Amino acid sequence: MDKENALKSWVDKRFPLTELWNDHVAKYYAPKNLNFWYYFGALSMVVLVLQIITGIWLTMNYNPSAEGAFDSIEYIMRDVPFGWLLRYMHSTGASFFFIVVYLHMFRAMLYGSYKKPRELVWIIGLLIYLCLMMEAFFGYLLPWGQMSFWGAKVITSLFGAVPFIGDWLMEIIRGDFNVSGVTLNRFFALHVVAIPLILLGLVVVHIISLHEVGSNNPDGIEIKKLKDENGIPKDGIAFHPYYTSKDAVGLVVFLILFSTVIFYYPTMGGYFLEAPNFDPANALVTPEHIAPVWYFTPFYAILRAVPDKLAGVLAMGVAVVIFFFLPWLDRSNVKSIRYRGPFYRMFLTLFVISFVILGWLGMEVPTPEKTLLAQICSFIYFSFFFLMPIYTTLDKNKTVPKRLT
Amino acid sequence: MNSYKMNLNRRKFLTNTTAAVGGIGMAFASVPFIGSWLPSAKAKALGAPVEVDVSQIQEGQKITVAWRGQPIFIINRTQEHLNVARSTSNEQLRDPNSNESLQPEYARNDVRSIRENILVLIGLCTHLGCVPLYKPKMGELDSSWRGGFFCPCHGSKFDFSGRVFKGVPAPTNLSVPPHKYVGSNRLIIGEGA
Repeated sequence: MDKENALKSWVDKRFPLTELWNDHVAKYYAPKNLNFWYYFGALSMVVLVLQIITGIWLTMNYNPSAEGAFDSIEYIMRDVPFGWLLRYMHSTGASFFFIVVYLHMFRAMLYGSYKKPRELVWIIGLLIYLCLMMEAFFGYLLPWGQMSFWGAKVITSLFGAVPFIGDWLMEIIRGDFNVSGVTLNRFFALHVVAIPLILLGLVVVHIISLHEVGSNNPDGIEIKKLKDENGIPKDGIAFHPYYTSKDAVGLVVFLILFSTVIFYYPTMGGYFLEAPNFDPANALVTPEHIAPVWYFTPFYAILRAVPDKLAGVLAMGVAVVIFFFLPWLDRSNVKSIRYRGPFYRMFLTLFVISFVILGWLGMEVPTPEKTLLAQICSFIYFSFFFLMPIYTTLDKNKTVPKRLT
Repeated sequence: MNSYKMNLNRRKFLTNTTAAVGGIGMAFASVPFIGSWLPSAKAKALGAPVEVDVSQIQEGQKITVAWRGQPIFIINRTQEHLNVARSTSNEQLRDPNSNESLQPEYARNDVRSIRENILVLIGLCTHLGCVPLYKPKMGELDSSWRGGFFCPCHGSKFDFSGRVFKGVPAPTNLSVPPHKYVGSNRLIIGEGA
């Protein structure tokens, strides 16, 4: 036995290193037909790592206090060597995180990846998405600009709509009678310690549960049903080296786009970093127009579409939580869009259109016409979910082949 | 070993009681962690009452002072403003008599103030806490606008007494903080009469 193998076997007797590597990488068999939609899971892990690294570096110069926060961001941008780069990587990374996660989620909806037996993979994924929303929300307060402050103010006020304990809840979240330095300090703690810990834990659980049931694919066929004499799925290929090398190509494309934004469009015309946030927070003056960052605007538009405070908050909450029920709302016997009937295709298309329009409306100043449009789109948004048990039952699906195409 | 007879019921009982006691312990142990999130003594101290000399406010003028980190609007309403507020029809308002809204008992009257002309409001929209804009001019927002407050965030509208109009997201009238007058011109915000 050579030296390398001796070391390996020494470790393996004490820690299942080779076993872990084989189970999750070298002998994890994924369907051979995964297309570009399958890049976004791996890419979201890359962004997570980038956010953690740049985040750690930013905390080295950031000052989480009402007096110092805004100035310390300017200090990072102007005086800290490469501070501007780390900060732009982090702020752009936040938006890219949501881009890849939304595409990753849409992939699951295209190919029915949330359906049996992957319900838990989907649910854990949604918990990751909720953590990500919290992480983004807490992080956005930290620069302590006008939009940071008023965004936090509006979102924490949502809890005031809870009957009976609303005011108490608002006070305990803010730690003060208004959003203040106290709020900033605790959001900092949650943003850099609490949520990332939960997030990392959930990512591990997400992957363990995925590898237990195996990856879905664009055909929505279970490759585990057809195995060769060695117990390896006939339509499966090892994750490493096949998908590691494929993902590397996707990563290169991703990094080209990512660096283009960081170096040439770091604020993305106000979509990634909003203009009012270059003004320090002022508790006594609301900016002329408040809009959340683009990844929250579809839900914000739903909130505004309802002309009642509690009902609006509920509608917004339901719009997010309803995703958890998707595996059970969908009664179709077919997973992939390729073999689904016209109803699901139509509803999914309408859903995507309404989601995008709501996203745009959430950034706009409300006018009666736009509010009406938001109400129509919210109606379509909810119809997609609430009518799903009906139209997926009625749909005329095509026959699914036995093997991958 | 064979003579030992397992009593599964007893085992289950012990497991459950241990879990229950542990659970209660956890609940008590969580009190300081949750309680620590409430406003600190320092935050409460900063919420001390503030004093304003109302004789310095011009007719029709609005000033903003901070109390508990919140903007407090003090408006010296003109007779015309009061007439407009009084003549707003109850049909247009969501809570014309301030039954659902927050105000001290002494400010729960037709013009929502102790002194008729001086209106004291917490300048935060009851929808989601933005600061409404003071729009006193007729027709300033649209042709039917008669003056009052407008929230730029979600479009809520309020009249000259901070009463909310129907068909906007804000659920209640703008709140009136506890306040009182000492002498002829000193207004104390944060302490009731």
